[in-house]
Amino acid sequence: MMIRVLLPAHLRVLARVQGEVTVDAEAATVCSILDAVEARYPMLEGTIRDHTTKERRPFLRFFACEQDLSHESPDTPLPGAVASGKEPLLVIGAVAGG
Amino acid sequence: MSKVRVLVGTRKGAFVLTADGKRESWEVNGPHFAGWEIYHLKGSPADPNRIFASQASGWFGQVIQRSDDGGATWEPVGNKFTYEGVPGTHQWYDGTPHPWEFKRVWHLEPSLTNPEIVYAGAEDAALFRSSDGGQNWEELSGLRKHGSGPHWQPGAGGMCLHTILLDPSNAERMYIAISAAGAFRTDDGGQSWKPINRGLRSEFIPDPEAEVGHCVHHIAMHPERPGVLFMQKHWDVMRSDDAGDSWTEVSGNLPTDFGFAIDVHAHEPETIYVVPIKSDSEHFPLDGKLRVYRSRSGGNEWEPLTKGLPQENCYVNVLRDAMAVDTLDQCGVYFGTTGGQVYMSPDAGESWKPIVRDLPAVLSVEVQTLS
Repeated sequence: MMIRVLLPAHLRVLARVQGEVTVDAEAATVCSILDAVEARYPMLEGTIRDHTTKERRPFLRFFACEQDLSHESPDTPLPGAVASGKEPLLVIGAVAGG
Repeated sequence: MSKVRVLVGTRKGAFVLTADGKRESWEVNGPHFAGWEIYHLKGSPADPNRIFASQASGWFGQVIQRSDDGGATWEPVGNKFTYEGVPGTHQWYDGTPHPWEFKRVWHLEPSLTNPEIVYAGAEDAALFRSSDGGQNWEELSGLRKHGSGPHWQPGAGGMCLHTILLDPSNAERMYIAISAAGAFRTDDGGQSWKPINRGLRSEFIPDPEAEVGHCVHHIAMHPERPGVLFMQKHWDVMRSDDAGDSWTEVSGNLPTDFGFAIDVHAHEPETIYVVPIKSDSEHFPLDGKLRVYRSRSGGNEWEPLTKGLPQENCYVNVLRDAMAVDTLDQCGVYFGTTGGQVYMSPDAGESWKPIVRDLPAVLSVEVQTLS
């Protein structure tokens, strides 16, 4: 299924993309979507989640449909609006640094 | 005509400064990787157009970039740094066991002869090696698994492996330094390591002359005399004439022997440079005067070099990897400050001028002398 993903600005620069990206994910879950993002943009491996454990980096959050989904299991199905492509999955860099 | 390329890593990006051999007119290119911390960039001696950069961020972790055209364009390469086996623990600041965790790469050291080989010094302290131009990294775990590893503790900046020196006369020998474990040497290409800290004295550890635990800030070597090492320790400037087996203090008449950076003249192996810093709690020059000190006798006798440097109200720091020399006939000396200036001297330190004044805080400076 085609999923819309909005990456933080620094990762868009690293991946050399502008605006949202659309990836073909096996399922509408954070894990599956990030698998697809990393397969298409391998330079992003390790920048959103740990290479090995796949844990989310601490200063990043996953939002969708005005919900913070960061603490859900990465295998939890995302809202239907993300699965249908109506809404993007937002990867957000935490406000930090003073 | 010869050319100089200065690679500057800062808190918010990388900059490439270039000039011809006169070193009078500079072109400033950057920021590359804007907004990211660039701890270090260094070019391959075997292929000067190949440059590696350590790009890091508290949000996004570690990225390694590689340029194959002298810094004009860059491609991200491998960023998977995995400690070999069960990582185990080192000591935390409070003395409790703390798991080894990769945080960032402080220093990249390309092979002297093979542009595909590059070493990376990491926090938490470990040495990694790539033999495919940075795509894949393998830990040389004999260092971290040295019997003293569980007793290593971080310095204030973290437990970083910040110095890697390759012996040009012996491909099997290299030196590394860790804050605050000390200096180590391998004579078998990185398989096994020995601490080389005899002669160091550090009052902040229970046994001031312990085998490990010293906060070595930086080590420098002249390539024609790879068995002679110069060290800026937390406090004390030291030298070794036996490949680190023993050290003697050469702080001599320095106004303060605390500091971070140290380097050696390109053509005079006994001429060395340091930037004295007031103290471990006051990371700025003594009396607000930015002075490079030069010894032409391998230490002990030092002279201040001030011409062109601010001599009042200067409270910047010069970090451990932020000093370098070029190899032109008239040796150029370069250093960057936490205030964003990159100063250079075209005459071995006699006079200085800023190449740039207002960069982000400078973390590292390396120089390539190109023909």
